[in-house]
Amino acid sequence: MKHLIKYRLRQVALSFSLVMLAGAWSGGLLYAEFGDVVINNYSDDAGMRPVIFPHWFHRIRYRCKVCHGDLGFQFKAGGNEINMLKIIDGEYCGACHNGEIAWAVENCDVCHSAKPGTPTQVHMSTLQKLIAPVDKAQGKQK
Amino acid sequence: MKSSSLRRSLLPGLIVLLFTLATQWAVSADNKNPNKFNRLMVPMSERNPPPVEDGIHDPENFGTALLQTPRESFSALPRAPSGNNVNWTKALENGDINPRYDRDDAEAKPIVMDLNIVREVKGSMPDVVYPHKQHTEWLDCANCHPAIFIPQKGANQISMAQILLGEACGICHGKVAFPVSECRRCHSKPKTGAQKVSK
Repeated sequence: MKHLIKYRLRQVALSFSLVMLAGAWSGGLLYAEFGDVVINNYSDDAGMRPVIFPHWFHRIRYRCKVCHGDLGFQFKAGGNEINMLKIIDGEYCGACHNGEIAWAVENCDVCHSAKPGTPTQVHMSTLQKLIAPVDKAQGKQK
Repeated sequence: MKSSSLRRSLLPGLIVLLFTLATQWAVSADNKNPNKFNRLMVPMSERNPPPVEDGIHDPENFGTALLQTPRESFSALPRAPSGNNVNWTKALENGDINPRYDRDDAEAKPIVMDLNIVREVKGSMPDVVYPHKQHTEWLDCANCHPAIFIPQKGANQISMAQILLGEACGICHGKVAFPVSECRRCHSKPKTGAQKVSK
């Protein structure tokens, strides 16, 4: 009898931990920051993680005009043909990320920080909210 | 005798356990529940998550852990109901943030134009008041004119459908600026009695 109870307890404990695990796994519907731009024009093909540009961090330090006027960034995710050569020559991100104003290009993985395969997108944009079956956890956009 | 009393003492514990299991099951099934209260509403506790938990940053990546978390940064800024949950306009007005207008010159001041454009709206929604002032604090005239908006009265046809699809105002609003869900921040001028009658 005793070992039957023990057996049942073990069963309950096992199923409990399984359910907890399932909860932790499927409950993780998480959201990156509104306005974060994922740029994956060339990264995946080059075997690098895609870039995540945090708009919020930059707008605290610079007004829109600095990048979208003076530096020539288009108002479109993936609309700027940015590559590392242009950056080290001081164009686009390289206008500041040169070791003078902001940290330099050798800190690859601070920008190249998205999950591999994340498509180019503006995260949490209205467009993403219009589409019902978007897998937000994966950041997939249709 | 002994085992039956043990069973009896275990019973309440088992009931509690089963209840916990049931709630856990409900939580885990929550995402798939077609009758969930609101699949888009993110509870306050889950907003502005740190990069390692935000779902698009790779937690395996070393650099991810180096990034500042938005929650920490926003703690000092005025709140808003949507977007980043930050009222950026107010943050700038209050001086909570002082973003540069020029990359190199910390003293450069924006060329602010204080001109409200009222756009009459079909239907019952209040008319739209477009304030140049708040926009020119952040942007240069050339950012919008003439590519996005022709600087001429009546020359720009704008619809909410366009905005939702990321055109016109939607080039920024809904992507980085506050989203269209905050209707009354734009639709802010109630229609006059005469207007109501003529419709």
